[in-house]
Amino acid sequence: MTQEMILRLEAAVAMLLQGMIGIFVVLGIIALIVLAMGKMGSKKKR
Amino acid sequence: MDFSFLVENIFAITWQQVVMYVVGVVLIYLAIEKGFEPSLLMPMGFGAILVNLPLSGVMNQVSEGIGETHGIIEWLFEVGIEASEAMPILLFIGIGAMIDFGPLLSNPKLFLCGAAAQAGIFLTIIIATFMGFELKDAASIGIIGAADGPTSILVSQTLGSNYIGAIAVAAYSYMALVPIIQPFAIKLVTTKKERAIRMPYKPQGVTRQMRILFPIIVSVIAGLVAPSSVALVGFLMFGNLIRECGVLEVGFLMFGNLIRECGVLESLSKTAQNDLANLITLLLGITIAASMKADQFVQPATIMIMCLGLVAFVLDSMVGVLFVKILNIFTPKNKMNPMVGAAGISAFPMSSRVIEKMGQEADPQNHLLMHAVAANVSGQIASVVAGGVVLQYFANMG
Repeated sequence: MTQEMILRLEAAVAMLLQGMIGIFVVLGIIALIVLAMGKMGSKKKR
Repeated sequence: MDFSFLVENIFAITWQQVVMYVVGVVLIYLAIEKGFEPSLLMPMGFGAILVNLPLSGVMNQVSEGIGETHGIIEWLFEVGIEASEAMPILLFIGIGAMIDFGPLLSNPKLFLCGAAAQAGIFLTIIIATFMGFELKDAASIGIIGAADGPTSILVSQTLGSNYIGAIAVAAYSYMALVPIIQPFAIKLVTTKKERAIRMPYKPQGVTRQMRILFPIIVSVIAGLVAPSSVALVGFLMFGNLIRECGVLEVGFLMFGNLIRECGVLESLSKTAQNDLANLITLLLGITIAASMKADQFVQPATIMIMCLGLVAFVLDSMVGVLFVKILNIFTPKNKMNPMVGAAGISAFPMSSRVIEKMGQEADPQNHLLMHAVAANVSGQIASVVAGGVVLQYFANMG
């Protein structure tokens, strides 16, 4: 395996980590907001 | 008189162009006879034939007697895709207008299934890199795993990939083959007992206010974390906002002047879902054919890309399933059916139907459709965020 290949693989793995963390953060925040809005809505109904 | 002009183009046909004629016919056959994504594959197949005719007038040509002539398909490609990726982005308005996020909003934990099922994209990027592709090409290939044609086209075009044609064909073909690919992938990582896990459906109420705020919230949050995703996510959510503002019943109206607004927005919603989506789909399909010229498409890399695209889809499904199995370790009393994790890919609505069918095969009383739909629409959001995140990575590299 050449040095260039190793560097590319490192970049690909970095993309995996950044990418999955980014996707989970975005969707996680959205899910929490939706959950909070749902709870606020059900409290108002009471 | 010299009649050689009648046959000289026939003799100019290369074997690679003949291969593209066969590819075009196969795509048209799959679209019409088998019903595989007909709105995209048929124009792509026909376009592949048109652009590969020698000296085809649909592509830019330089002829001795006339000079430079501009071809319509090449012009559509330059304006609709190269300049600003307008066509795939505009198509998202129509896609967003078609999606009902209600099942997802009533069960927010399924957002995580959509996130997990994008792992196949990045794992495939690693595999493609290992196989020798440049990072930008590997990323463009990996994004096939987003199971979203416009995202695949947009990312590969923005990154300047040399394989846009093969990537587009792979993305749309495998989306249509989800009913074959997913059962295979899911059975590799689940037992029949796991596939038979029941999930009762207890929807929480979703207010109109939440439905309207949701697309705005998603656009802002995704845009702040990954600015490169704003075009993708923003237009998807714009389409959804048009839909949610247009879906109104008289009994729920709060303000009299909204009656007029509802009428306007409802017509916009219908236009986005039908006329706009169909028009852009038609043009996008034939425009993508500009990247299916024989010299670009008929090369060993195309076969590798088709294989890697399949790998991406399989890995998406497997990781989605494994994610839910890990979640179940922490919630032993409220276990989720692992197959719902596989529904987190963006192939809507085929994936959710596949999961429902597989659930019923394992247990005829098991109805997973609404959970699968929720995960599936979450995957729609996650896939465009994934596209944005990939673009953001390269933007940050500088």
